[in-house]
Amino acid sequence: MEILAEGQGELIGWHDPDENRQWILEHKSRELRDKRMTVREAVEQFVHDGDYIATGGFGHVRVPMALIYEIVRQGKRDLAMAGKTAVHDIDILIGAGCVTRVEVAYAFGHELRGLSPAGRRAVESGQCRVVAEISNGGYQWRFLAGMMGIPFIPSRNMLGTDTFARSACKIARDPWSGKPICLIPAAYPDVAMFHVPRCDRYGNAQIDGIIVEDFELARAARRVLVTAEEIVDEELVRAEPWRTVIPFYLVDAVCEVPYGAHPTQMPYLYFFDEEHIGRWLRLSRTPEGTGEYFREFVFETRDFSEYLERVGGVRKLTSLRRIERLQESMQAPWLEG
Amino acid sequence: MSQVAPGYNLRKLQACAAARLLEDKRSVFVGTGLPMVAAMLAQRTHAPGLLIVFEAGGIGPRPPVLPISVGDSRTFFRAVAASSMHDTMSAAQAGYLDYGFLGAAQLDMYGNINTTVIGDWRLPRARLPGSGGANDLGSFCHRTIIIMAQDRRRFARKLDFLTTPGYLDGPGARERAGLPAGSGPYRVITQLGIYGFHPESKRLQLLSLHPGVTVDQVRDNSDFEILIPDRMEVTEPPTSEELKLLAEIDPLGISVGK
Repeated sequence: MEILAEGQGELIGWHDPDENRQWILEHKSRELRDKRMTVREAVEQFVHDGDYIATGGFGHVRVPMALIYEIVRQGKRDLAMAGKTAVHDIDILIGAGCVTRVEVAYAFGHELRGLSPAGRRAVESGQCRVVAEISNGGYQWRFLAGMMGIPFIPSRNMLGTDTFARSACKIARDPWSGKPICLIPAAYPDVAMFHVPRCDRYGNAQIDGIIVEDFELARAARRVLVTAEEIVDEELVRAEPWRTVIPFYLVDAVCEVPYGAHPTQMPYLYFFDEEHIGRWLRLSRTPEGTGEYFREFVFETRDFSEYLERVGGVRKLTSLRRIERLQESMQAPWLEG
Repeated sequence: MSQVAPGYNLRKLQACAAARLLEDKRSVFVGTGLPMVAAMLAQRTHAPGLLIVFEAGGIGPRPPVLPISVGDSRTFFRAVAASSMHDTMSAAQAGYLDYGFLGAAQLDMYGNINTTVIGDWRLPRARLPGSGGANDLGSFCHRTIIIMAQDRRRFARKLDFLTTPGYLDGPGARERAGLPAGSGPYRVITQLGIYGFHPESKRLQLLSLHPGVTVDQVRDNSDFEILIPDRMEVTEPPTSEELKLLAEIDPLGISVGK
């Protein structure tokens, strides 16, 4: 195949397909076994300094925040992260100094809520490095190629742009049409993390609502950590198997964490905690405020349930449930500005 | 800044202008903010058969309130499908998505967009969020509509970074680069007017001035030369019916203000 152009971005998370097959053969058990553990154990066991990590969900929706805060608590360092539209999670991890490299489709912003002070400060000062650019569509196709066990997937985006020039992709001449086509390299994150409404003890995880790119990401990643609102009986999964997005053989750890996506939204269960996100955006304007946030919500709490008490406990969580069910109107600090 | 008659603000004018561009029985790829308001307004006026698609997987929703996040559960409330990004991006690449909305920190005369950095990419003066789904929409949708603020820095002679393709460096460039044939930017809506692209040169040209805006204001707020035709329209202000619908769609004023 004739290569017409090569992006200058750093290629992260790529393996030769045969090497990855061998890794899967040696490390991924097909045994139906109980994988329940605490969030602390899951992070201790499976997240290592220097890893390339990715989270499920999208933007401020269904993000595995209990795992994110635990990574901060354990002080993991030099992580690379998929900015596959990563907002609150990546901002927290950059602000805490855990993530120092990002491949960016969308990061350093909080959607309608504005830009991320912590993430931007880190990039503009050189403390956090953007290793490559890509698009949202391009990123999820990296995972598609990964889950298919192929080295790349062709696509028709990014052509003609600086997004391509700073990506890890190549442009080749398509042998059939003769037109230039973008080749997106496979990605195999070291660890992918998901929060789901229900999962059994073996890791059969079900999702309600859009699955975004969780299907592809879970199949491409080497290690998969799942937190669930509820660990349910296997029979409940088997009664409606079409709801299973992530089957057990992909999963390495299962943790029960009610409200584990807070302050992001859990579809059908609870709404974004705009007050808490607003507090982070306000405090993270300065390094001192950032430190204050982590002291109050991470280092002075032993685990996620203590964090939930600090963010407002039952009263707050009940209100978020009511807003999600349209029984209350939303409120947000950024609406008053 | 232009004069605005009582009863509406500029964001409402932009939402109405965007809504009127969307044809019935077509599909539109939207994010949050004004594009979502515009698509919902179009559905409630001239385009009840408009199919709304969100990149994260919401397809054909009937949102009870305005979504505030692109994967928000409101983006698949009473939808025809709650799907995946592979599904929506593939549909767009295959040709099923007619319109796509984009925002921009910088735009050049060929409709190319920067949303990545201001300054040098390696150590930027300002780091912006990046492409998100913009490069995908700008590559795949048959027609893209850009809503942005206009001034001399934003209407730039040279972009600091070309995030999302417009007509690249002119006629035929998209096709030469391998982008889907016949696709590209269609309209640009700013606080001053509505722009299109010259059919031959693919350069930005003024189509319509918002009420009270002058051609000089349009020129003064651009670092590149905008093609100015001999005759142009005046953007029709929002009707009372449209304003009533906007208040229903966005009662909190999240996107269109109060």
